[in-house]
Amino acid sequence: MNITQIIFWILSVVALFSALMVITARNPVYSVLWLIATFFSISGHYILLNAQFLAIVNIIVYAGAIMVLFLFVIMLMNLNKESEPRKHRLLKLAGAVSGGSLLLVLVAALRDTDLKHEHALVNEGNIGLIQNLGKELFSTYTVPFEISSVLFLSAMVGAVVIGKKE
Amino acid sequence: MLAPGLYHILFISAALFFIGVYGFLTRRNLITMLMSIELILNSVNLNFIAFNKYLWPQKMDGLFFTVFIIAIAAAEAALAIAIIINLYRSHQSIDVGNAEDLKY
Repeated sequence: MNITQIIFWILSVVALFSALMVITARNPVYSVLWLIATFFSISGHYILLNAQFLAIVNIIVYAGAIMVLFLFVIMLMNLNKESEPRKHRLLKLAGAVSGGSLLLVLVAALRDTDLKHEHALVNEGNIGLIQNLGKELFSTYTVPFEISSVLFLSAMVGAVVIGKKE
Repeated sequence: MLAPGLYHILFISAALFFIGVYGFLTRRNLITMLMSIELILNSVNLNFIAFNKYLWPQKMDGLFFTVFIIAIAAAEAALAIAIIINLYRSHQSIDVGNAEDLKY
C-alpha cells in the first residue's frame, strides 16, 4: 500500500464524512464550512486524477467564490440553529427511501460493469496542465466558451434585476 | 481491492450523489437545498474526470465538461441567491414551506 493509495482513501473518507455533515448540521454556517471541506477533498481527488488545473479552479470558484456568497447571504439573513425549519420524520423517511433506491440502482449498475481491471496511471500524463487545456479550449471548444460568456452576462443581468429593490 | 481504481471513484461519487439527493429532499432551508445541489454537481464532475482519466487518457472532453459545469454552477448559484434574497424580502423566511403563494 503506497502513499498514493493512502492519500486516496483518506480523501475519500474525508469527502464522505464532510458531505454527511453538510446535510446533518443544524446550523447553516457549519453546513457551509463542511461543504468547503468536501470541496477541498474533491480537489485532492482531481489532483490524484491528473487534473491539476481543475483542482485549482474548483478551489477558487467553489470554495472561494460561491461559498463566500453563501456565507454572506446566511449572515445577512441572520440564519442560525433556532431559525432552521423543523424536519418532519416522514419527510426524512421519504428522502432516505427515494435517495436510497437511487443509490441501490447506481451501485447495482456499477457492480455489473466491466471496469474492475481499470487502474490508475498516477504519475503519467500531463493532460490536465493549463498549457494543454488552454490550447484545446481556444481551438476545439471556442464556441461553448463564447456561449458561456453570454450565459454569464445574462446571469449577471438577471441576478441584478431579480435582486434589486422594488 | 485496496488499489484505487475507476470502480472505487465511481462508488464514492455515487455516495456523494445520494447524500446530495437526500439533503435536497429532507432539508427545508432553501440555502442548504442549494448546497445539496452543489454537492450533486461535484459528484458528477468527479465522474467526468475519472472517466476521462481512466478510459480515454489522451482526450480532454471530460475535463472540458467539468469546466463548463463549474461555470454553469457559478451562474446558477448567483441567480438562485438573488431569488432567495427576493423571497426573504417578501416572506421574511427562506423555509420552502412558507413559499406557497402559487399553491392555492
